Amino acid sequence: MTGSAQPSRQMTAAQPLHVIIATDCGSTTTKAILIEKLGNEYRQTFRGEAPTTVEAPFEDVTRGVLNSLAELEELSGRKILDGERIITPNRAAQGEPRVGVDIYISTSSAGGGLQMMVAGAVQSMTGESAQRCALGAGAIVMDVLASNDGRLPHEKIERIRSLRPDMILLSGGTDGGTVTHVVEMAEYISAAEPRPRLGISYQLPLIYAGNKDARDRITEILGGKTSLVITDNIRPVLERENLGPARTKIHDLFLEHVMAQAPGYKKLLEWTGAPIMPTPAAVGLIMETIAKKENLNLIGVDIGGATTDVFSVFGGVFNRTVSANLGLSYSVSNVLAEAGLASILRWVPFTIEEQTLRNRIKNKMIRPTTIPQTLDELQIEQAIAREALRLALAHHASLATGLKGVQQERTISDIFEQKTSGESLIDMLQLDLIVGSGGILSHAPRRVQAMLMMVDAYEPLGVTRLSVDSIFMMPHLGVLSTVNEQAATDVFVRDCMIYLGTCVAPIGRGKDGERCADYTITFGEGRSPECGTLAFGDLRLFPLGRDDRAQIELRPAKQVDLGEGKGVSVTRDVRGGEVGLLLDGRGRPLQLPTDSQKRLAALIRWHRAVDLYPGKS
Amino acid sequence: MGHAYTPGLTVTERTVIRKPRLLPIPGTVLAKAGDRVRAETVVARAELPGKVHVVNVANLLGVAPDEVRDYLVKKEGEAVSQDEVIAENRPFIKWFKTEVRSPIRGKVESVSTITGQMLLREPPRPLERLAYVDGAVVDLHPAHGVTVETSCSMVQGIFGIGGETWGELVMAVDSPEKTLSASQLLPTMKNKIVAGGAFLGIETMKRAREIGVAALVVGGIHDKDLRELLGYDLGVAITGTEQVGFTLVITEGFGTIPMAAKTFELLAGHAGQKASISGATQIRAGVIRPEILIPWTTGSPDAGSAGRAVPATERSGIRIDDHVRVIRDPLFGRIGRVTALPTELRQIETESVVRVLVVTFADGTSAVIPRANVELMEG
Repeated sequence: MTGSAQPSRQMTAAQPLHVIIATDCGSTTTKAILIEKLGNEYRQTFRGEAPTTVEAPFEDVTRGVLNSLAELEELSGRKILDGERIITPNRAAQGEPRVGVDIYISTSSAGGGLQMMVAGAVQSMTGESAQRCALGAGAIVMDVLASNDGRLPHEKIERIRSLRPDMILLSGGTDGGTVTHVVEMAEYISAAEPRPRLGISYQLPLIYAGNKDARDRITEILGGKTSLVITDNIRPVLERENLGPARTKIHDLFLEHVMAQAPGYKKLLEWTGAPIMPTPAAVGLIMETIAKKENLNLIGVDIGGATTDVFSVFGGVFNRTVSANLGLSYSVSNVLAEAGLASILRWVPFTIEEQTLRNRIKNKMIRPTTIPQTLDELQIEQAIAREALRLALAHHASLATGLKGVQQERTISDIFEQKTSGESLIDMLQLDLIVGSGGILSHAPRRVQAMLMMVDAYEPLGVTRLSVDSIFMMPHLGVLSTVNEQAATDVFVRDCMIYLGTCVAPIGRGKDGERCADYTITFGEGRSPECGTLAFGDLRLFPLGRDDRAQIELRPAKQVDLGEGKGVSVTRDVRGGEVGLLLDGRGRPLQLPTDSQKRLAALIRWHRAVDLYPGKS
Repeated sequence: MGHAYTPGLTVTERTVIRKPRLLPIPGTVLAKAGDRVRAETVVARAELPGKVHVVNVANLLGVAPDEVRDYLVKKEGEAVSQDEVIAENRPFIKWFKTEVRSPIRGKVESVSTITGQMLLREPPRPLERLAYVDGAVVDLHPAHGVTVETSCSMVQGIFGIGGETWGELVMAVDSPEKTLSASQLLPTMKNKIVAGGAFLGIETMKRAREIGVAALVVGGIHDKDLRELLGYDLGVAITGTEQVGFTLVITEGFGTIPMAAKTFELLAGHAGQKASISGATQIRAGVIRPEILIPWTTGSPDAGSAGRAVPATERSGIRIDDHVRVIRDPLFGRIGRVTALPTELRQIETESVVRVLVVTFADGTSAVIPRANVELMEG
């Protein structure tokens, strides 16, 4: 396809949109969706996918895009391609309603996504702010350098030299404060003469977002050695972060430099009717929108082949982290390395030799596009997913914190509580909604599998609603929302978000079979209430449809807390979903029996209780 | 994924390979277009900038950073030797004199009046790029390197560790199903590339290191042995820089898996010839598979016709009668022929609904397998 054959971006975006195609070029697969305006609303109608082709032998991302569109054509009956050209706009007006589309948009995390190095003056202050800024922009942070990061100067320089990031974000100092530390970091960067990951002939982009008084010195030191861009300080005063301007610059440079160097992206950039967004940035945009719209505290996760992204919004504060080497294909072996074999094995409901499991995991690593063909293999992948999800959330909780180094006004009670600045914002008891995305969750053969993977990994406390992205289209909708808000909202509500149901999990522990809480569930008209006792070690599932609501009254045992204090009864309205209402009496924190036979028996009992897998267990 | 297929590993008796041999930083290209080169020929050389050392002169002399220039004995760009005085104060009483000495031999890179630091750089280190494979220089990349072309037999492995090396190819077993045991490695195999069959264990790896074998090629290994060899759990498949004493290439996967007959026969057919091998693997962002290249030499048929053989062409997908390798349990490692490509989606044991194909094996049995779980036998 030639670039000149494509309509210009401005022309395409200005036209009314009736037929939209969007792709997400992931590290493993390129996913294409077709969105059509049916009556007054937009609906996602078809989906196609193909392996991503950034890698050899193709080394051209557009091959995978064309393959995924060809599948979309095959399934939808709509003619989208004319040879290797996307037909735009749609030809309904010319009497050919099944020919052409109005706009093509895309996100991308292929080729390793956006890889950044960040630097700040003090690690726990501007260092962390720079990290949050880069992560929020959709980057993988390869390293955080700071004056006090414990490394000797020559070690820092060697590290900068050995890393080949796509760009560097340098921050440090509050406006009007000392310039020494940030200039010192600039001197190290200059001495290292860093080179970009892609393309050996261009200068590495570097964004300076630190003390404005140091701009002249920074320009002097780095202007000739990097492609320097200066923007507003991300920490103008200690008490406030200002991440927006630097994030915008990251996105601009991502398109101008990084994307333009990746195989085939120059061509792809010409095809799209809106700027290509890094996949995590697009997912983050959608997650943040949901939380704000419904005034929720939420945790979102996108578990991919190479990385796991975690998003959270607590009290209106958005955070995103990426665990660069926690994923289920390319990085599957790293989940084993980080979690340890025992942690994975504890979720597997059958006995398997260590050697066999290790070899199977490595075989998945070297052939990352394969899928589980047997039930055993599926159960192993879902066991690994639980650990990847758990580790990624722990990583997220350590970074999603309040600002550190900020003076706090304290009352007498605060002093007794010994609260410090920079505490994690993640409070599972205040969590309203968990949103899961990524192949293993979106494509789990039974929705209850996705729900239990998230419940096991995150151990939600009290009452928490869970959902999944139906077919993994949040990235597409994130970028679509920048072009057409209505289309993105319509599809998100009607086709994307699949509510699984609600999990009720009392906090506390007891012996298996001991009373945890008595419950009374009152349903809508025509359905009798359910009353009973939830024992420790029990998992109970009550069907409760997507549009159904119920009221649950729980009277916990004296050592059990449901959020209102130990032994205090609570009554809550709960909403249903494709799975229903899950009462989790397994205790919090969740601990599996250490004895292998007892553990297997417990897993099989739980799996049967929720009808997790066909036949076997 | 109607148009999807997993590109397979190339195993071919005859192909033309072009290897860009580039320096990581600009340098001098030593080879000329048309030169015949051997694997060990240096084709380009560069000087890697030396390590930087930081000396905070202001702190050591107890002066303000903006005054530091007044105390320098050595200025930017000047050479320094180890322990040479680079800055000093000038007190009234000589007894109070403080001298700052260079921790290295090199030169003064820069001096900062904001931080008070002096950056000293060690002398550059030479970096050489070798040809890696016997062949001819067909392209020059000024200041960066050359492209070497060779007409060769080629085997791509699925995973490897260790860098580029070369040596005589030796077969240690007589069948692809056999295990390569430690006792089959002989002292005469020093500096050679030794190919085995279905499996080799940690004892064989240790023996290879003891003897000084250049490289091992085998169908499969156990992950636990890899872990013991490396000393850590390999998390992400980006390899090639490991220093375990030899290069290791596995052709099929993890476990005991007979080497594909085609691969084994190709290697056996070239026993005694010089081969180049690399364990570098990167299964992410620009896939790199390990490889064994056996250049056609003057004794080979069609020798010297590097330009004549045609490079493998790009495939568009899997077709009926294609030979494929099953790459996921329960039939992992089996090789068969595609006998049906149903277009409709099928539900498999996991309850997933996927595109499948039918593979018929040499024993006449058939199996329905997700399309994602086979790879084409290329070449």
